Amino acid sequence: MAILTQDPGSPAAPPSIARAVRRALGSGPVLLATCVMALMVVMAVAAPLVATHDPLAIDPTARLRGMSADHWLGTDALGRDVWSRVVYGARTSLVVGLVVAGLAILLGLIIGVIAGYFRLADAIIMRVMDGIMAIPSIVLAVGLVSIAGASMMTVIVAIVVPEFPRVVRLVRGVILNLRTEPYVEAAISLGTPLHRLLIRHMIPNTMAPLIVQGSFILASAILTEAALSFLGIGLPPEIPSWGNIMAEGRRFFQMLPGLIFWPGVFLALTVLAVNLIGDALRDALDPKMARRP
Amino acid sequence: MTRPFRTTLATATAVAALMASVPAHADTLQIVMQSRVSVLDATLSTSHQTRNHGYMIHDTLLAIDADGELRPQMAEWEVSEDGTAFTFTLREGLTFHDGAPVTAEDAIASIKRWAQSDRMGRALMPRVTDMRAEDDRTFVIELDFATDLILSAFAKQSGLPLFVLPARLADTEAGTAITEQVGAGPFRFNAELFEPGVRVVYDRFEDYIPRDEPASGLAGGKVVNFDRVERIEMADELTMVNSLLAGEIDYLETIPFDLVPMVEGNPDLIIEIHDTTGFQSLYRFNQLNAPFDNATIRRAAMYALGQEPALQAQIGNPDFFQTCAAVFGCGMPYEFDTHAEMVIEPNPERAAELLEEAGYDGAPVVILQATDIPMIQSIPVVMAQQLRAAGFNVEVQAMDFMTLLSRRSNRGPVEEGGWSIFLTTWHNVEVQDPIRSFTVTANGPDAWAGWPDVPELVELVDTYLVTGDPDERHELARQIHDITLEQGVSVPFGQVVRPTGRRAGIDGILEAPVPVFWNITRD
Amino acid sequence: MLRYVLQRIVATIPVMGVVAVLVFVLLRLSTGDPAVIMAGDAASEAQLEAIRRHMGLDQPIVVQFFIWLGQVATGDFGTSLHYGMPVTQIIGGRVGPSLSLALLTIALSIAVAVPLGALAAWAHGSILDRLVMSFSVLGFSTPIFVTGYVFVFLLAVKAGWFPIQGYRPLANGVGPWLTALVLPTVSLSTIYIALIARITRSSILEVMGEDFIRTARSKGVAEVQVFMRHALRNAAVPITTIIGIGAAFMISGVVVTESVFNIPGLGRLVVEAVLARDYPLIQALILLFSFVYILINLIVDLLYTVFDPRIRY
Repeated sequence: MAILTQDPGSPAAPPSIARAVRRALGSGPVLLATCVMALMVVMAVAAPLVATHDPLAIDPTARLRGMSADHWLGTDALGRDVWSRVVYGARTSLVVGLVVAGLAILLGLIIGVIAGYFRLADAIIMRVMDGIMAIPSIVLAVGLVSIAGASMMTVIVAIVVPEFPRVVRLVRGVILNLRTEPYVEAAISLGTPLHRLLIRHMIPNTMAPLIVQGSFILASAILTEAALSFLGIGLPPEIPSWGNIMAEGRRFFQMLPGLIFWPGVFLALTVLAVNLIGDALRDALDPKMARRP
Repeated sequence: MTRPFRTTLATATAVAALMASVPAHADTLQIVMQSRVSVLDATLSTSHQTRNHGYMIHDTLLAIDADGELRPQMAEWEVSEDGTAFTFTLREGLTFHDGAPVTAEDAIASIKRWAQSDRMGRALMPRVTDMRAEDDRTFVIELDFATDLILSAFAKQSGLPLFVLPARLADTEAGTAITEQVGAGPFRFNAELFEPGVRVVYDRFEDYIPRDEPASGLAGGKVVNFDRVERIEMADELTMVNSLLAGEIDYLETIPFDLVPMVEGNPDLIIEIHDTTGFQSLYRFNQLNAPFDNATIRRAAMYALGQEPALQAQIGNPDFFQTCAAVFGCGMPYEFDTHAEMVIEPNPERAAELLEEAGYDGAPVVILQATDIPMIQSIPVVMAQQLRAAGFNVEVQAMDFMTLLSRRSNRGPVEEGGWSIFLTTWHNVEVQDPIRSFTVTANGPDAWAGWPDVPELVELVDTYLVTGDPDERHELARQIHDITLEQGVSVPFGQVVRPTGRRAGIDGILEAPVPVFWNITRD
Repeated sequence: MLRYVLQRIVATIPVMGVVAVLVFVLLRLSTGDPAVIMAGDAASEAQLEAIRRHMGLDQPIVVQFFIWLGQVATGDFGTSLHYGMPVTQIIGGRVGPSLSLALLTIALSIAVAVPLGALAAWAHGSILDRLVMSFSVLGFSTPIFVTGYVFVFLLAVKAGWFPIQGYRPLANGVGPWLTALVLPTVSLSTIYIALIARITRSSILEVMGEDFIRTARSKGVAEVQVFMRHALRNAAVPITTIIGIGAAFMISGVVVTESVFNIPGLGRLVVEAVLARDYPLIQALILLFSFVYILINLIVDLLYTVFDPRIRY
């Protein structure tokens, strides 16, 4: 859940994103977080090389084994190799996180601009957004799974829907503030066409807060996917995802705590890294908000 | 909607809920079943947990004892010489929980309601020519042919057992759930303490008069030794076992197979199999659509699939499963093993040959996976691996069992949300003969999901219904078994028994296909 | 003030309307057929038809929607398809555990997090500050179910200090009630403690840089007093906001926690109801959730005026 939201803040000239990012990477913990993230990305991209087994291969004769030379993190109830599933789980988590963040920002940007620019549409859009936000994501997910079946697509939609209204609010806030700026007012009164206004002034000003918001959505999406899969309403159990490994391992927690522990560690590390990087980005991109949450 | 009303309501219910009292009860048996019970009308739902609830509060006219023999329960019976007329006499002193006596009218109304829904009832009812009450305790049923099936039907243990309700409830319109929980069984439903999805409380029915003979199977005297049975609903399997280990509950219907080691060796706990009859896992093809509208491809899939690896992966502990090729159940009266080579061992080479022969074009196979049924939840994943090894193009679609039941009714092709294979379980007593088993239905669109159309099979089942001679019946069952497998109508996929856990000191649990809670004592 | 509250309440009606329509459409699109689910594996088609007719599910969707809307308008939330009991009665029975869990979590989170955050701000830049902040990021990066299972394993199974599962109503005594809720509350609180501590720290730091603090200091007001009277009080607005958002988000957390600890609350009920396609029950529950969500937002807005006298409605 992306509780970490931002106030729109008043728009200043868009800072140089590249410079800010370089500055953000300067500090120790952030550097460490970046390394962790890089490692996860490598693991996800090179999963077939890092994994020791086929993550889907079932071996009924080697169920629920502890750690061994062959199975580094043991095997699950179907005799699948846990290490390999965890490695492929990184892929699943990052794909879900990135796609959700991308979609939420794209949707939020489009709708937010419309709401911020066209006063007529604003009231209706914001009421609908309020309504959508009031439906818990878990309930939405259960509903969607029953409509479309458990799949990557369903999970992504189920997470995007409750997340994007917050982006809409953010973008709308920035645009509303921007409209009162003298240079924008001037541009409007000079009859600048809408698309120029958008490309020149409005979208660049939303970029910094959106990148920060995006990183928090990424972290939140990874956690939500795990929670949904854990409750049995997420990805199909065959797909190796950290949430799925934990969901299947929960029954054996007292006998083989590793089934919950290892994917849990990877999950927490990833989310931790994303959050730390997100914090640093915010501090760097928006100096005015450096001391805010 | 009026907002202040909602607020007041929310506050009032919140306060009430915080204050709700649970009096401690000295002589209470605390039980946890495999899954929660939702529908409480045992004449409407075929779910096992609803049936278990039915056995608490209701009683049956006839019953099957531990040796599989038919016994009188609420009623004795007499058969006319030509075998077409049955006279039932109700036991004296039978009372419903609302204080009303059980009469012949109540029994007839209950039979009528039951026969609208139950498969055996629906098969036999058209052949009933008369059903009338002779007096308060006697009623007569006449058929247009001689059969003892009416007695087996009245005594059926599972599916929809024939429970006796007051006529005023039994007369409820078909399809409408009965909401008043009144029966003539050994326990009465405690409506005040009932919390849906949380717990169900049953109190001993003081006016229940047990039969004199000792309890045996589902027959005999139903003597209740506890004041109260409290059924606690739990969702998480590990939580169930931990509660048993911690002494928070007395009885756990099913110890999850893989968690048995947690309980084993604990001197305070006993693991036992009380239902040795067990369950049959089976799968069915969708015969309306590609690829399984082709009998050769169905056979290819049957050869590709093997029971042992799937059961090993699902259950693990060989104490609790056995491979089985018998359509009517292993250890049951009609156990046959013809065509076992098609269904027990995986034979991917033979499967690939058959696929080649049939010209399989890679049409997608969708297996429906119920993720919340512990007995079969992982099997579809193993099936997929085996089918892929033989050359099938397989997708596993996971969902909860309730969604699966709905999805299953989609008769369209895979592209339109249809399916190719689904897996489910029946209790062996539910599939033990051609009349009660849904698995041998093959009357096309009217058949059980999968909709096979095998007129020969339909004819054999109809013949079985009107055949009286036991040897002839046995032969018919054999033919039905053969054709069922040859045509891939339904395919048995192994047999499973469940370990039940209880606190040491809890004794007298009956060996029966249904978990029942009379006869149990605590030291 | 009263006018503002009334306005806000009126403004929730369209939002609730949106929620109602969304939920109704979403549910009716789903493949689940309550009749099949109710009757089970072995039901005949004729039996299913009869059940559908009785439930009114054979009517067109639009007609069903307006029938339902009409009932809700008169305060009738319908009867659960599965349990055959009034929906309000079922929900009423489940409110206690969820409410206990949510309130205790909020109380614990505030009680721990605000002093922790203030301490971190006070000792800004020290080891203590770093510790609090590290814990905080870790706290909301760890899923509740992982924390929950670790607590159950260590404190309930191994140590035996707390019950493994379940809920004891308050009427059985405060002792059992509290003991049963300790582990769920602590598990669920972790994330909120992390969040609130973080926001408390940064809000105070921000306020400490403002002019009026400098003025107070220059006037010779004692440092502790500056901190307690001015800084903390002014930091209350952002803290309240995050508590509000957090409380509204709690529904998802409650679902997971109730599932891990077998607590018979609203969270478990909503999952059960959706799986069973118990339409009247789900619709009522979601209306309740969104109403609570809107209500919390309203309360948060009103609290602003308490903490910050400059805000007037």
